[in-house]
Amino acid sequence: MSTFLGIPRKHAAQEESPLRGALPFPKAARRELANDQLRRNLAHATSVIRSKRALVVDEMPDWEALRDAGAATKTQVMSNLPALLEQFEANVTAHGGVVHWATDAQEANRIVTELVRAQGVDEVIKVKSMATQEIGLNEYLEDNGIAAVETDLAELIVQLGHDTPSHILVPAIHRNRTEVRDIFLAEMEDAPADLTDEPRRLAMAAREHLRRKFLASKVAISGTNFGIAETGTIGVVESEGNGRMCVTLPETLITVMGIEKILPTFTDLEVFLQLLPRSSTGERMNPYTSLWTGVTPGDGPQNFHLILLDNGRTNALADQVGRAALHCIRCSACLNVCPVYERTGGHAYGSVYPGPIGAVLTPQLTGMHGHHDVNSTLPYASSLCGACYDVCPVKIPIPDLLVELRGRAVDADRGRTIPGGWDAAMKAAAWIMSDPTRFAAAEKGLAAGRLVAGRDKKIKHLPFPGSAWTHTKDMPAPPKQTFRQWWKETHHE
Amino acid sequence: MRIALIATCLGDALFPEVAKATTVLLERLGHQVVFPADQVCCGQMHVNTGYLTEAVPVVRQHVEVFEAADFDVAVAPSGSCVGSVRHQQAMVARRVGDTALADRATALAGRTYELSELLVDVLKVTDVGAYYPHRVTYHPTCHSLRMLRVGDKPLQLLRAVQGIDLVELPGADQCCGFGGTFSIKNADTSSAMLADKVGNIVGTGADRCTAGDASCLMNIGGGLSRQDTGIRTIHLAQILASTREQVAA
Repeated sequence: MSTFLGIPRKHAAQEESPLRGALPFPKAARRELANDQLRRNLAHATSVIRSKRALVVDEMPDWEALRDAGAATKTQVMSNLPALLEQFEANVTAHGGVVHWATDAQEANRIVTELVRAQGVDEVIKVKSMATQEIGLNEYLEDNGIAAVETDLAELIVQLGHDTPSHILVPAIHRNRTEVRDIFLAEMEDAPADLTDEPRRLAMAAREHLRRKFLASKVAISGTNFGIAETGTIGVVESEGNGRMCVTLPETLITVMGIEKILPTFTDLEVFLQLLPRSSTGERMNPYTSLWTGVTPGDGPQNFHLILLDNGRTNALADQVGRAALHCIRCSACLNVCPVYERTGGHAYGSVYPGPIGAVLTPQLTGMHGHHDVNSTLPYASSLCGACYDVCPVKIPIPDLLVELRGRAVDADRGRTIPGGWDAAMKAAAWIMSDPTRFAAAEKGLAAGRLVAGRDKKIKHLPFPGSAWTHTKDMPAPPKQTFRQWWKETHHE
Repeated sequence: MRIALIATCLGDALFPEVAKATTVLLERLGHQVVFPADQVCCGQMHVNTGYLTEAVPVVRQHVEVFEAADFDVAVAPSGSCVGSVRHQQAMVARRVGDTALADRATALAGRTYELSELLVDVLKVTDVGAYYPHRVTYHPTCHSLRMLRVGDKPLQLLRAVQGIDLVELPGADQCCGFGGTFSIKNADTSSAMLADKVGNIVGTGADRCTAGDASCLMNIGGGLSRQDTGIRTIHLAQILASTREQVAA
C-alpha cells in the first residue's frame, strides 16, 4: 500500500515545530493536571459540547449510514489523491486561481510571505485555520515584519494572550470569561475601559476591534475545510461570519490547504456538511458556509492563491495508519469525549493537533524517532477506552491506530544496547505468560506479596514502577489460593 | 452446555473469587464447566503496551489450549479479555504474517463470550436466581461497552437479583483510568480520571460498586480503599453467584 505523488517524500520538520512539544506527554500532562482552573473549564466545556453533540446526532435516523458514506468517500479520496489533486488544480486554475505546491512548512511559509510582500502590505487578516497553525505561519510572518491578525474570536483571544490554542475547534477552551476580559483590557488597544466579563460585552468589543481590520485589510489568509476536485471550489465552514468577511472583503485571498482535504464531487458536500457541524459544535448546521471558485470579476477578492501543503502527508498516505488518520475532517468530536484530553488539555500534547486524533496524526506527520522523541509518547496518551471511535464522523479506528503506533514505537527501540525497563518486563512477562508451568511458578512468587500487605490485606507501597500505582491507590494482597489450585481441589477430572 | 472457562490471568492469580463465582453460577444453572488447565493469558497487556511481537506466543498459547479443549462455548468474566480475543488476537497474528494463526484465533473468538453475553444471548436467562442485599452501583467497563457492545445486558441481570438496591452511576460511561499499563505510564492522568470515578461512586450512596471486569474493579477498588470510603468492589459474577444461603462478601 504505497502511493507516490511525485513530490519528494519527507516528514514535517523534526526540530522545534508546532507539531512537537518540549516535554514527553506524561510530564507535560503532570504540568497541566496541576492547573485546577484548567480542569474545571475543560470538564465544563467538553461536557456541554458532548451533550449538544449527542442530542443532534441522536435525532438523525441515518447517522450510521452517513458515517459509512463519509468513511467510504475518504477511502476513495485517499486511493485517488494524485489524480484528484491534478483535477482540482486544473479547475482552480481555469477559474482564475493560482496554485502553488509546498512540500513542507518552510516552503509554504515562504510562498505566503512572498505573496503578501507582492501586495505591499505589512498586516493581513486570517480565517481560523489548522493548516497555518501547523506550519507556524503567524510566527514566520512576524519574523518577516508582517502582522497576521486572527479574526476568529477564540483565536483572537489566544493570540492577544500570547498563548497557543489548546483545542482544534475551540482554541481558547482553557480560558474563562474573566481571563478573556483581562486579556482584552491588557492587549486590545481599542478595548473599552469599562469592559465587563459579560459574554455579550466581550463579543461586542471584539467585533468593534475586528471590523476596523476587515475594512482596512487588503490581504486575507485562510485554510480550507473542503476542496472540490470536480469544480475547483474551496469551502470554509464557521460559526461567526468573520471568516466570510475575510474571504470576501480583501483584494487578495491566500488559502493554505492540506492535500488530504479534497472531496471528489460537489454533491459529496451533502454528506460532510451534515457530519461536520453535528460532530464538532453540536449544531444541526453551521451558521456560515462560504464556497468560492477561483476569481469572479467584480465580486470578492480579485487575486486568489491556493497553496497545496504536503508537510508529511504524502509520507502518511503511504502508510496504513497514516492513511486512516488523513481521513480526519478536524471536527474535534474525539477531543470532547476523550477522558485524557478532558483532564490534561491540549497543551499536554505539544502539537497543534491534540487529543486522540492528534496522538495519531502528529506522530504520522513528524515520524517517531526513538524513545527520545517526545512524539513517541503520544500513542500512549490514551486508556484505549474507545469513546473517540464511537463519535468519529468518518469512523477512524483511533484505538487500533494507537495500538499499532505503540507497536512501532516499541519496534523502533529494538536492538538498543541497553534495553529499557519496559522491554525487560514485557519480554519476561511474555515468557511467563506463554507457558502454564512458568505462570504457575510465577503465581507462587506473587504469593510473597502477602508479606508486604498490612493486616487489612492492602498493599500501600510498591517498589518502582508499581509505585506509580500505589501513589494514589491500594493494591489488594494476593489471595492464599489461586483459581487453578481451587479448581484442582474441587474438580477432579 | 459444555462451557470452557477463561479464568483470565488476573482472575487466576489475584481475583480467584471471580472465576470461582463464574464456575459456581454456571454449574448452578445446570451447565458443565471445563477449565483447560494450560491456559494463561489472552495477550491483552502486551498488545496494549505495544509489545505486539511479544504478544504472539501468548496468543498462540491461548488459541492452542482452547482449540484442543472439548466445549461448546467459552466464557470469560471480563469484557476486556473477550475484547482482546475478539478484536486483537487475529490482528496480532496477521501483523507478523501468521494468517493461519489469525484464522484460528478468529474461529475461536466466534464462540467466546463475555459473561453477560453468554447468559443473556446464548443461555437466554436474565434471572439467575441470585440474592444480594446491598445498595449497588454498576460501572460499565469501556471494553464491554464499546468493543463488545454488551449494552444493558449486565443491568438486565442485576435488575433480576433479589434484595438488590441498584442505583445509577453518574458519568457511568467514562473510563475509570485503568487502561492496563496506561495506569503506570500515565499515572497522573490515570489518577485524575479515577478520582472523578470514585467521586461519582461515593455520590450514589452505594455500598458496593460492581462491573464485569476484575481489572477495572482493581483500579476503582484501589481508589475507594485508599480514600477509606468504606465502599467495596465486587465483580458481577460474584453478585450473580450469590444466594440466600451464601451471600457474597
